[in-house]
Amino acid sequence: MTTALEIKNLHVNIGDQPILKGIDLLVKQGEVHALMGPNGSGKSTLAYTLAGHPAYEATAGQVIFGGEDLFEMEADERSRAGLFLAFQYPASVPGVTLAKFLRQTINSRRQAEDPEDKGISIPQFRRFLKEKMDMLGIDHKFAGRYLNEGFSGGEKKRVEILQMATVEPKIAIMDETDSGLDIDALRVVSEGANRLREEFNMGALVITHYQRILNYIKPDYVHIMMNGRIVESGGPDLALKLEEKGYDWLREKHGELEEA
Amino acid sequence: MMTAFTQDSVKKLSATLNEPEWMLAFRLKAFEIYENTPMPTTSNEAWRRTNIRRFKPDEIGPSINGDAATSWEIPDFLGKELTGEEVGGSLLQIDGVTRQYELSDALKEQGVIFCDMHTAVSNHPELVQKYFMTEGVQVTEGKFAAMHGAFWRGGTFLYVPKNVKAAAPLHSVLWSVNGKTFTHTLVVLDEGSEAIFMDEYASGEEAAGLHNGAIELLVGDNANLIYAGLQDFGQNMWQFNHERGRVGRDGKLDWVTSMMGTRLTKAFQTLELDRPGAWGRMSGIFFTNGRQHLDLDTQQNHNAGNTVSDLLYKGALREQSRTVWQGMIKALPGSQKIDGFQANRNLMLDKTARADSIPGLEIEADDVACTHASAIGQLDPDELFYLMSRGIPRKTAVEMSVQGFFDPLMRRIPFEGVRNRIFDRIVEKIG
Repeated sequence: MTTALEIKNLHVNIGDQPILKGIDLLVKQGEVHALMGPNGSGKSTLAYTLAGHPAYEATAGQVIFGGEDLFEMEADERSRAGLFLAFQYPASVPGVTLAKFLRQTINSRRQAEDPEDKGISIPQFRRFLKEKMDMLGIDHKFAGRYLNEGFSGGEKKRVEILQMATVEPKIAIMDETDSGLDIDALRVVSEGANRLREEFNMGALVITHYQRILNYIKPDYVHIMMNGRIVESGGPDLALKLEEKGYDWLREKHGELEEA
Repeated sequence: MMTAFTQDSVKKLSATLNEPEWMLAFRLKAFEIYENTPMPTTSNEAWRRTNIRRFKPDEIGPSINGDAATSWEIPDFLGKELTGEEVGGSLLQIDGVTRQYELSDALKEQGVIFCDMHTAVSNHPELVQKYFMTEGVQVTEGKFAAMHGAFWRGGTFLYVPKNVKAAAPLHSVLWSVNGKTFTHTLVVLDEGSEAIFMDEYASGEEAAGLHNGAIELLVGDNANLIYAGLQDFGQNMWQFNHERGRVGRDGKLDWVTSMMGTRLTKAFQTLELDRPGAWGRMSGIFFTNGRQHLDLDTQQNHNAGNTVSDLLYKGALREQSRTVWQGMIKALPGSQKIDGFQANRNLMLDKTARADSIPGLEIEADDVACTHASAIGQLDPDELFYLMSRGIPRKTAVEMSVQGFFDPLMRRIPFEGVRNRIFDRIVEKIG
């Protein structure tokens, strides 16, 4: 059975300010959707809302994930149900090493299944971690460092994908994972994501400003978001068209939205 | 009949312990100071933020005989090896009475002396007379230092001879059942020696009374001591402690303090850097909840030039608990090229808790680098969201975050078993 993320007429406010003004989107496992759009169009708000950030309040609409009402679930439950957010700006967690954190993400899953579970054994976890780190070109020394503390932008993004590889989500939202990555890092990170797609039939919502990442993670669908709404949806060609023509033609076409 | 803090009690205590004349004389002199020193009140600067009006010492009284302690059945969690790692010497005392004692042949051959304080008085009088409350804590320092000098009972003596690097760490557990505990720790590291010593003070919640302790850490020239003093008494205990570490030329003292228990604690902790090249690091870990009150008074005294001190005290607070940290870095005139640092960081887990953080500098030299920092903060909601977004339940995320707050200091505690126990206690306190 495949899992889907189904967003219906979603409205979200930050404080009193409406940010998302009716989003409809269906992402199924195995599919790649690209979500593009200018700064401030609401892309990250959508990502945070789906992940369950307490500052984002849905005022109308519905999100169904794997047949369940997403808004009935806490952030941790959403994650364990198979939804993943690769953060644009991951928080640092001083005092908690990357290894300890990853081990806890695994154990939290196991213990949610079986409260008596003693957790993954240390040797088994070490093997697992080493393999994933090698796949993403992350130095093993990072395992003993405090999570994201003092990591460069590129290191943080690799570590986000390492987390994704650790929890093996059904659907991942990748919020500007390409920003701040050089071309080599972009390739490694994209290959990691593609491997998860192949191995676990992961679906992805790739939020980006640029066509570049879409050369590596090939989208099935491209959506363009402006001013809190999805204004255009199409195939991979749409991203190329956007790269070529920018947003102005869309602004003209949907001028009334800008006015609103 | 209630036994009070009287001269008669001093004599009875000394007789019960079969002490030599010199120790009785020492106790009686301390008692005279105790009698002539008024109980501190909030009008006394050092006690301004800690009110002990409700403390009635004579309703608790001294610990004269350890009868109960000799028959008390030792629970499994105390009886088993607590550190989980190789230990060269271990000592378990119940209310000042030694119940379990081991010292490895390797340490004995090295000439390391590790025993309870009363055994030290009998077997090593020359060392005890030379170092007991002479260079470290003084009976003249206050009401409770004097009380301690007169009524001390139990505690641990560690002596490491010249140029000996103690082959394995040492570990003491001082457990109280009757809630009358007056333990004395005396550590003497002779020139060029090294040791690691974990010193634990604890009781169950049923113990109600007083811990009036003293800790003396004397680190000779070129000597190196790692000392962790870990307090975990029940919350019906009062605690008044005087602690002093002294470091000689090119010596090192790495001093960790953890405080988890008591209803009220007032501790004076002083680091004396006596000769050039002396280095001292003070690390403090504390967690208060309920109506606990914890007041830590620290001093870093740079008594010579070219000395380095580094203090970091971190506390987490819950409910209506209150903490005070008051720190002072002092440099004597002419103590040039010193480097002193002090920082206190508090994590407020509830809005109803209160933490006072009062750094201070008294520098009478001009070529110095002395800085301080203090901060009060809450758990970072973005950090918690991040942890939760990976499937970690809120409670575990909070525990990880609080543990993370303490982690840099926990790493300074040399035993994993002990670190885990402190962590378990923290988790328990988070609730």
